[in-house]
This record gives sequence, structure tokens and C-alpha cells, in this order.
Amino acid sequence: MRFVDEYRNEKDAQKFLRAIHKLVTRPWTIMEICGGQTHTLIKSGIDALLPPEVTLVHGPGCPVCVTPLELIDKAIAIARRPEVIFTSFGDMLRVPGSGADLLSVKAQGGDVRMVYSPLDAVKLAQKHPEREVVFFAVGFETTAPGNAMAVWQAKELGLTNFSILCAHVLVPPAMEAILRSPGNQVQGFLAAGHVCTVMGYWEYEPIAEKYRVPIVVTGFEPLDILQGIYMTLKALEEGRWGVENQYARSVRREGNVPARRLVQQVFQVCDRQWRGIGLIPRSGYALRPEFAAFDAERRFGVGDLATQESSLCIAGEILQGKKKPYECRAFGTLCTPEHPLGAPMVSSEGACAAYYQYGRAK
Amino acid sequence: MNGDDSTPASASPFLAGLQCPIPISDYPHVLLAHGGGGRLTQMLIERMFLPAFANPALEALHDGALLEVNGARLAFTTDSFVVSPLFFPGGDIGSLAVHGTVNDLAMCGARPLGLAAGFILEEGLPMEDLWRVVRSLQGAAQAVGVPIVTGDTKVVDRGKGDGIFINTTGLGIVPPGVHISPRRARPGDLILINGPIAEHGIAILSVREGLEFETALKSDSAPLHDLVARALAAAGEQVHVLRDPTRGGLASSLNEIAAQAQVGIRLEEAHIPVREEVRGACEILGLDPLYVANEGKCLLIVAREAAEAVLATLREHPLGVQAAIIGQVVGDHPGKVYLRSRIGGLRVVDMLSGEQLPRIC
Repeated sequence: MRFVDEYRNEKDAQKFLRAIHKLVTRPWTIMEICGGQTHTLIKSGIDALLPPEVTLVHGPGCPVCVTPLELIDKAIAIARRPEVIFTSFGDMLRVPGSGADLLSVKAQGGDVRMVYSPLDAVKLAQKHPEREVVFFAVGFETTAPGNAMAVWQAKELGLTNFSILCAHVLVPPAMEAILRSPGNQVQGFLAAGHVCTVMGYWEYEPIAEKYRVPIVVTGFEPLDILQGIYMTLKALEEGRWGVENQYARSVRREGNVPARRLVQQVFQVCDRQWRGIGLIPRSGYALRPEFAAFDAERRFGVGDLATQESSLCIAGEILQGKKKPYECRAFGTLCTPEHPLGAPMVSSEGACAAYYQYGRAK
Repeated sequence: MNGDDSTPASASPFLAGLQCPIPISDYPHVLLAHGGGGRLTQMLIERMFLPAFANPALEALHDGALLEVNGARLAFTTDSFVVSPLFFPGGDIGSLAVHGTVNDLAMCGARPLGLAAGFILEEGLPMEDLWRVVRSLQGAAQAVGVPIVTGDTKVVDRGKGDGIFINTTGLGIVPPGVHISPRRARPGDLILINGPIAEHGIAILSVREGLEFETALKSDSAPLHDLVARALAAAGEQVHVLRDPTRGGLASSLNEIAAQAQVGIRLEEAHIPVREEVRGACEILGLDPLYVANEGKCLLIVAREAAEAVLATLREHPLGVQAAIIGQVVGDHPGKVYLRSRIGGLRVVDMLSGEQLPRIC
């Protein structure tokens, strides 16, 4: 298949691997930000092919994983209401709240539907004017334009039965939180290619300067990741820092300008809780006051639900790259994809699920 | 805890009958994933159905049961069809109900003798739709050469069914010299498939309400009895295992075989045929074709020395033009399936856990 096979070619992969082995002279720790990259790494077996000096730690870039328990419980409370059609991307449905997940709400009669696009949720709202359609707007900057477009369209169409439960998070503040944390070992980053497709990489330049780290905007195919790792290691070995762009076939410095403009029209930056990490200032998007009518939290009065995490789950340390999934004592025993204690075991982008599914239990 | 509590449930069928063996605290309700063909389905079978119904024919855990009557070996199988929508690109619930059951018989190495068809109809179903389904079912059965010899009809209240549910039960006969069992997989055997995978699941997904995924993809729904008969004629007892990777896909079927035979399985990702359009759809949706359903595919595990002959036979058949050798049975890692990725890395291919859910971004 064109545009895929070129980036999964064994000969070229071997070339990069040889170059990486030749380049590395001492131990380095690199974080791949995005859970999609974690999955490529493990799914194609790259982690086992790298020299032992290179440690990859898996970052917080899984929207399902960092969405706080509280918001999941709010989603469940809303989804249980008889007038509601609750819509969500597929992987949110299995994330455990404190009591249930959305799939079990569905099993008990809740109208929970999986959609592929927030715009499909808007269409449902048009089709069912007698029902309340709610979309669970999770994700990083990648999904923000689509979700912004859904709200914008709903307003244009004059829909009064559409709202979103907004849980948007942003990458750069999370990177800074990791770099500032006392035990940080991360020396270089693979930035998330799709986030940068929307936002560009200008935001990362001050971070690279301030913390003197190389940041390489990296794609998601095996060869992208190998090249991203090579570029990061080369900068580290040469003592350089700054932002480089491996994913130039998609990413420009300024990003997708019309998409960014739309996001700014609908959302404003807010403080946000990250599951397992805590509050990060100015790390999320909330609806602007002029779109407040589309805020599901407000519409259904679920603002003051409070919840508690499983005491066994070490998702916070996993998401900050401080521990590997197999270092958790619940991994693969009490916590499995069928019985996840924490979100990283649920999503196809979660590090624990990747380790479990592709047999990286050690 | 006293002595009575530690009595194994198997020693006392009555006790097993009183206690639900699936912890209610884990799953107080049936989830869709319990029917998804993956780990939850397996759990339901292993912990609830097998202990409840225990008997040797069932415990062979094959696509159908083998019953011996006066020296003849009969294959006996049943399957229910609840597909939505009723009509989809490449087939409909009628033809699927024939193919599914004929294929379960074929996977036992059996020639189909007759089918029973049970219809559960929802009040309000357009008669025209029913007629289309019945004609399609009849056409598919005629093409296979198997009569519908008995049947049943029930109607449920509007809202309590999904238009039409069909159950088909099949009876077949296993020719002498044919011995198919998942437990016959042995190290050194090669694994073949008759064509590209994941077509049925993606075709259904593409037309299901709300997805609006535009594609020209067609289900691979097809009867495999003739293809299997030819493979068996070419290699006889050297065909060790047959399995149609329906729900849960290739990955789940191979995991079942690896567990039942206590062998390892090693796949070559680059050798597994997947059509471009299907790969594209899977890439966009974030689905792994290894876990997507098939309705016209057959996995054959055959002795290494017979593999080339079987491959050639498959490729001569219209349903096997793109047949390929996709891996082998190994002595290492019993019970586990490994895959060598396109770039040369090695990973475990696990059984489907829950339903396969499309990712966010």
C-alpha cells in the first residue's frame, strides 16, 4: 500500500538500526510523547532491536489515559440519563470509572454509541431532536479542530440538543511538567507528529531552549520512529538541542493555520487535571463563554462529582515515564485489558495495553 | 474455610449448577464482547458452558461435534446469525446463514448432508425483506448442494428483535481417512490461508449505521466445502487442522489452536494477504486486520512435506487464488502466537480482548 509500505521496509529499517548502533557511545533516555508511537515501537518490535544504551520511556500522550477519573464518572452519570444519546470515540467506552465503564452502562440500557467523528454526533442531534446528544470530547490538539468544528456547526445549525463533555489536553505544558519534575531522566523527546500537524512546532522551540533538550517532531510508521530516534541521538551525541522535524511530509512550523484559528474561536486555554499526574496549569481547552450553551457539564449539572483512584494503579508514574508497565505489581495479574485498573491498560494507545498485548511482560 | 468449600466444582455437578462460575462481581451483565469471539467469549465457554454441558464430543472444542453412528462419523454443528444490516455488500443474512454452517462442517472435514433453519422474526418486518432473505438462503443452499430439510419460525414483538435472526444447524459426514482436530497441530507444520483476510468485518463496518465509511469493500462470505474437499483429496491425513477464522479473526483462531495443541505458532506479517482497500480502512480506523472477522476464509495446518501440494490445489480453486503460506507451527513458546513484523521485529499476537475499538487519533 502506498504511503505505508515505504515506511515499513525491512532493508531501510536495518540501515537505520545499523546507523543507530554505530552512533551511540553512552546511555541515553528518550521519551516518545504519543501513545500511537509507543504502539508502533512495540508492535513492530523496534524496542528490542535498539542498542541496550538507548532507553525509551513512554510519555503521557494517550488521551484516554490522562482523562481524569472524575470526567469518566461524569460521562457515566450523563450516559445513564434516559433522554441522552451519549456518543464517544471507541476507546473511551471501556475506560473504568470508579464504578462502571460506558460499555456496561450500555449493557444496562443506556444509549451509548460509538462514533468515528464528532460531526456524526452533530448529525445524530439533527436526526433526533427529541433526544439530548452528548459527545465526549477527549484528546490532544489533534482532535481539537474536529471537536471545535462540531460545536461551531451545532451553533450555526441552531441545535439546542447537542453538547460536549470537554476533556481536551495540551502537549507542551505536560512536557514542561515532566522536564521540571525532580526525578526526570528524559534527555530528548520524539514530539507527536499529528499534534504538530495541527499546531506546528513553534511552541516547542522555547522549551528546547529553556531545558536544553533536543525535540524531534516524529511520525508514526516504524521508519519514522527509527529516523526520529536517530536524529534525537545524533543531537544528544553532538551536544546539540533545538527542534528538528522528521515528519516534514505532514508538519510545517506554523501547523494548520485554519484549523488553529477554528480551535481558538471555540476553545480557550484552561487549567486541567491529568489522570495520574495531577493539575497542570494552562494545560487544557475549555469552551469559550460564547459557546457555554454546548457545555454538557453545565447542562446536566454534574460539576461536583468527586472520585477516587485505585490505590494499586501506578498510572501516574507510567505516564511520566518513571516506571515501565511490568514494574507495576498489578500488571498482567489484577490489571488486564479485560479488567483494567487504570486507563493505560485500556486504550490502544496506552503503554500498559501495548506491553500486555504485544508480550512485553518481563 | 472448611473441607466442603474446597471440593472441586467438577466433583459435584449440582454445586456447579448452583454457583455461577463467572464471578458476578466482574460481569454482572452480559456485554457485547461476550459474543465477540475473543477472550470474553472464550471465558464464557470455558467457565460456564463447558462445565455445565461437559461431555467428550463437546470437549473436543472444534467448529462442530463428531458423533459416531454405526461406524460412520457424523459432523454436527449449529450457528446463529444476528448480522446487522441484513443486506450488506457481498451477501446477506440468508446466504451467510448457509455459508457459516456449511463452513463449520467443512472445518471438521465433513461433506454437508442437510441443514435446519430456524427463523426468529420481528413483528413489522417487511414481507419483501423476508422473501429476499429466503430466496438468498435457498440460492446459497442450492449452490452448495445441501437441502434445507427442516425448520422453525417464531415471531417476537416489535422492538425485541433486529428484523431477522436465523439459526442454522448442519449435519455432515466425514469421509474415511480424514482426521481433523486442533490437537493435531505439531511443530514443523506449515500454516496456510486461502486468501486475503478481514474482508467481512470491514464490509459490515462500512455499512453499519453511523459509520459512514465509504468503500467498495465486499464481504468474503462463501462456502468452503468444495475447497476443503479438494485440499483433503490432495493431502488426506497430512491436513492436520482446519479452522475458519470468523469472529475474533485470524489472531483469535490461531491462539485457540496454539492453546489446544500446546504448540507455538510463528507468523510472517509480510506473507499474510490483506487487500489494499482493507488495509487502508484498517489503518484509518486503527483496527488490526488480524482481529477482523472473515466468512470465507480457511486456515489449514498441514504437514510441511504436503504444504506445496495443498497450496497449489488451493490456488487452482476460485476461492483460493490468493492462498499463501503465512507461518509455521513451532516447538517454542507453547500456547503463544508470535509474529515477525515487516521490519523484522518479533512480537506476541494475543487473543482479541473485548471488542476491537477504533482509536481516537
